[in-house]
Amino acid sequence: MGLEIGLGHYLTVAAILFTLGVFGIFLNRKNVIIILMSVELILLAVNLNFVAFSAALNDLQGQVFALLILTVAAAEAAIGLAILVIFYRNRGSIAVDDVNMMKG
Amino acid sequence: MSLPQFFFYVFSTIAVISALMVISSRNPVHSVLFLILVFLNASGLFLLAGAEFLALLLVVVYVGAVMVLFLFVVMMLDVDFGSMRQGILQYMPIGVVIGVIFLLELLLVAGSFVIAPQLGGVATIPIDMGVQNTRALGLVIYTRYAFLFEGAGAILLVAMIGAIVLTLRHKVNVKRQDPAIQTARRPADAMKIVKVKSGQGL
Repeated sequence: MGLEIGLGHYLTVAAILFTLGVFGIFLNRKNVIIILMSVELILLAVNLNFVAFSAALNDLQGQVFALLILTVAAAEAAIGLAILVIFYRNRGSIAVDDVNMMKG
Repeated sequence: MSLPQFFFYVFSTIAVISALMVISSRNPVHSVLFLILVFLNASGLFLLAGAEFLALLLVVVYVGAVMVLFLFVVMMLDVDFGSMRQGILQYMPIGVVIGVIFLLELLLVAGSFVIAPQLGGVATIPIDMGVQNTRALGLVIYTRYAFLFEGAGAILLVAMIGAIVLTLRHKVNVKRQDPAIQTARRPADAMKIVKVKSGQGL
């Protein structure tokens, strides 16, 4: 089949999503939840690239790797939120500025 | 404009606008809801690219599980999110500059690269249009990529155990049932039979 829509279109959308994710980390430097969501955006952009190349090159391998990235992203979200919850229990805040307990 | 193109532009426009709302929204609950919208539209883009299984997986796993987890945590934490937005303007200019440069670079790469022609016909796993996408994926992830698949399963298991271990908390002042001790209790430990002589008592 290939792609009815050009590969460049997909790559452009993925690039915009990726940049918005990076920009979100810059913008919300205090709010860990938004930072986690930005990471999810970045991973989604990567997945979009994998799927677009998979369709453009007519190769299923890209979709397999997108599947694995999806798994790792889900695990990352679960662990990240668990850490966030215990951090909130200990400090009563989720500001990144307060994450200096391990400072030596 | 053909129908797939039309839907591509619809999905990608909504996805990009919602992604912008995710990072600029004042209320984290709104952010989570917009992120759900991003994932739904990305799933539409996956469908257009012919990755049907991944598209539905995105809806089930992300919208159904991960985003609900996010929403749960956002609502559980009682944080003053308004105060977290202080200093947001301080980092806005540098963020915009870096973001624009980064985006331009990515777009230059996306617009100008070509795939070497000698690689054109060499697909590791060629997509067979006669086989459904789900079936085709299943045919390779259990055979060729079995180790990667098991590795993904192991990662999920470790993540699950890790999340439970991290958040499990034993309260000190609460009496808890311990079924093991209860069932291990024998009559000999609990009772003593005493012969009492009549008229004397113990």
